[in-house]
Amino acid sequence: MLNRRTLLGAISAVAMLAASTPVMAQDNYDIALISKGFQHQFWQAVKAGADQAAADLGVTVTFEGPETESQVDRQMDMLAAALSRQPDAIGFAALDSQAATPLLQQAQDAGIPVIAFDSGVDSDIPLTTATTDNVAAAALAADVMAELIGGEGKVAIVAHDQTSRTGIDRVEGFSNRIKEAYPNIEIVSVQYGGGDQLQSTEITKSILLANPDLKGIFGANEGSVLGVANGKQELGSDIVVIGYDSGAAQKAFIESGVIAGAITQNPVGIGYQTVQAAVSALKGEELPEIIDTGFYYYNADNMSDPQIAAVLYD
Amino acid sequence: MTDTTAPAQKSGIRFTGAFHRLLAFSGLIALVLVFSLASPNFMQTQNILAILQATAVNGVLAIAVTLVIITGGIDLSVGTLMTFCAVIAGVILTYWGLPMPLGIIGAILAGTASGLISGTVVAKLKVPPFIATLGMMLILKGLSLVISGTRPIYFNDTPGFNQIALGSVVGQIIPAVPVPNGVMILFAVALLASFVLGKTALGRYTFALGSNEEAVRLSGVNVDRWKIGVYALSGAIVGVGGVLIASRLNSAQPALGQGYELEAIAAVVIGGTSLSGGRGTVLGTLIGALIISVLANGLRILSVAQEWQTVVTGTIIILAVYADILRRRNL
Repeated sequence: MLNRRTLLGAISAVAMLAASTPVMAQDNYDIALISKGFQHQFWQAVKAGADQAAADLGVTVTFEGPETESQVDRQMDMLAAALSRQPDAIGFAALDSQAATPLLQQAQDAGIPVIAFDSGVDSDIPLTTATTDNVAAAALAADVMAELIGGEGKVAIVAHDQTSRTGIDRVEGFSNRIKEAYPNIEIVSVQYGGGDQLQSTEITKSILLANPDLKGIFGANEGSVLGVANGKQELGSDIVVIGYDSGAAQKAFIESGVIAGAITQNPVGIGYQTVQAAVSALKGEELPEIIDTGFYYYNADNMSDPQIAAVLYD
Repeated sequence: MTDTTAPAQKSGIRFTGAFHRLLAFSGLIALVLVFSLASPNFMQTQNILAILQATAVNGVLAIAVTLVIITGGIDLSVGTLMTFCAVIAGVILTYWGLPMPLGIIGAILAGTASGLISGTVVAKLKVPPFIATLGMMLILKGLSLVISGTRPIYFNDTPGFNQIALGSVVGQIIPAVPVPNGVMILFAVALLASFVLGKTALGRYTFALGSNEEAVRLSGVNVDRWKIGVYALSGAIVGVGGVLIASRLNSAQPALGQGYELEAIAAVVIGGTSLSGGRGTVLGTLIGALIISVLANGLRILSVAQEWQTVVTGTIIILAVYADILRRRNL
């Protein structure tokens, strides 16, 4: 009998925990956000933005995501549970668009508006996508690069891949801006290292050895730019390196001057605008197809500014 | 000698197993009641189906690992082996374009082969199961990434593949309860494993190895062969899990899998199988897996913050095992 009582004790503990969750008022929208991750600094920043918006707009927001960005099935379980809860709206960052299609269809059938965030969902079900305008962000990287190398010379790009949306957008954004605005700058090479540090290092070294007069390299994501920085150090080169995103290693390289500066996305803004878009959708307002959540250029000088520091992660 | 010890063993297990089953089962019922009272959204057909769907893969993995744990071993490789089997199905169906049954058979054979290797390393090379399967976990994780080129393999060229887990044969007969096929496959695997444990020589030796391996060896039984057999069967069941997850996601996701072994082991332990071997039931494991999914789903429906969900789940695992310890002390 003691055993059963022990277990019942556990159950009532759960019940108490359940009872302590706030009871929602009728006019208080319940919005479920399902993200691609949870404990990563980037996603925690997205969550912070969502919580802020919830406080500002007077709605309730839950934020969940799988432990790693590979656990597609766990994300499906989370989405299914969120649907059962019958929230007023859902925010969703798909790990795999295809796997999510049946559940998103369920949401649509149930009349629950879906807002995509971070990376888009390959589907017409989401009403809008709150994401970084990677093309414009990479164009800003091109402007900074041009300024730092004096508006002329050879540059190169080391990117993560040519298949993902971010890979395509960042390479195009950078190279189109150079072609349009800086006729004296030539992009001599665009190479892909899969976002792998070591591979990007080798690529960087081969680019540098092939082009001794190279002025700068743009690394299009965290792994790529770390590889570029390593390659630059190994060959003792003094080229200008512009990076993307943050992370402890990249921030250290920026502080030591190996990387001149980097573009950061605005994860806080992604979270905030996702919740805002959900509320707008519930009020029946029109939404644009894409909501640009903003981005910044940062370097050793402005890294500790509150506005910048808030969007950087380790 | 084995003829006299085995039946005694079995009747003892049947008694304690039934008792613990009752305990775990009442825990499950209590959880369901609490969540039903706390939220009207919990006890809905769609949500119950979502819980069952979420249990299918973990349930199959947990049954596989139950067999190994009853022998007194442990298998840390079930999560990444599941992924490896899914990738093998992807290679056969998508890369090679072969018909669907071959992909399913290939995945199950890949699981069996991996189980044979784990079993051989444990039985013949005398590497402790924890280390042997930890090694296999990493080897399989790496191989999945290598074979797939670190990209998901989609099953778009194999129409109907996602129906293995998502479709519902039951729903075609009784439209009101469209239980997904994946869940029916879990039940089928559970029945099969129960049959093997309860009615076959392999099952008898599985318990005997966990109770007293030395005694079995001294009685002239080829211990190594039976042990390798258990690991191989366990691997084959993981292969079924690989097919299920690939079907559910309509893709083989090569980076997935690590961490799933711990959830499977948690289900086994909650279900009353002893980590020291010799004792355990498939039904208990099934209930353990259901407790984990009900807990995760219910806490989500109640909008409990994710951080706290983890705390509650951990607490339940410890309490479940503590209840088990108390029970044994009272016997």
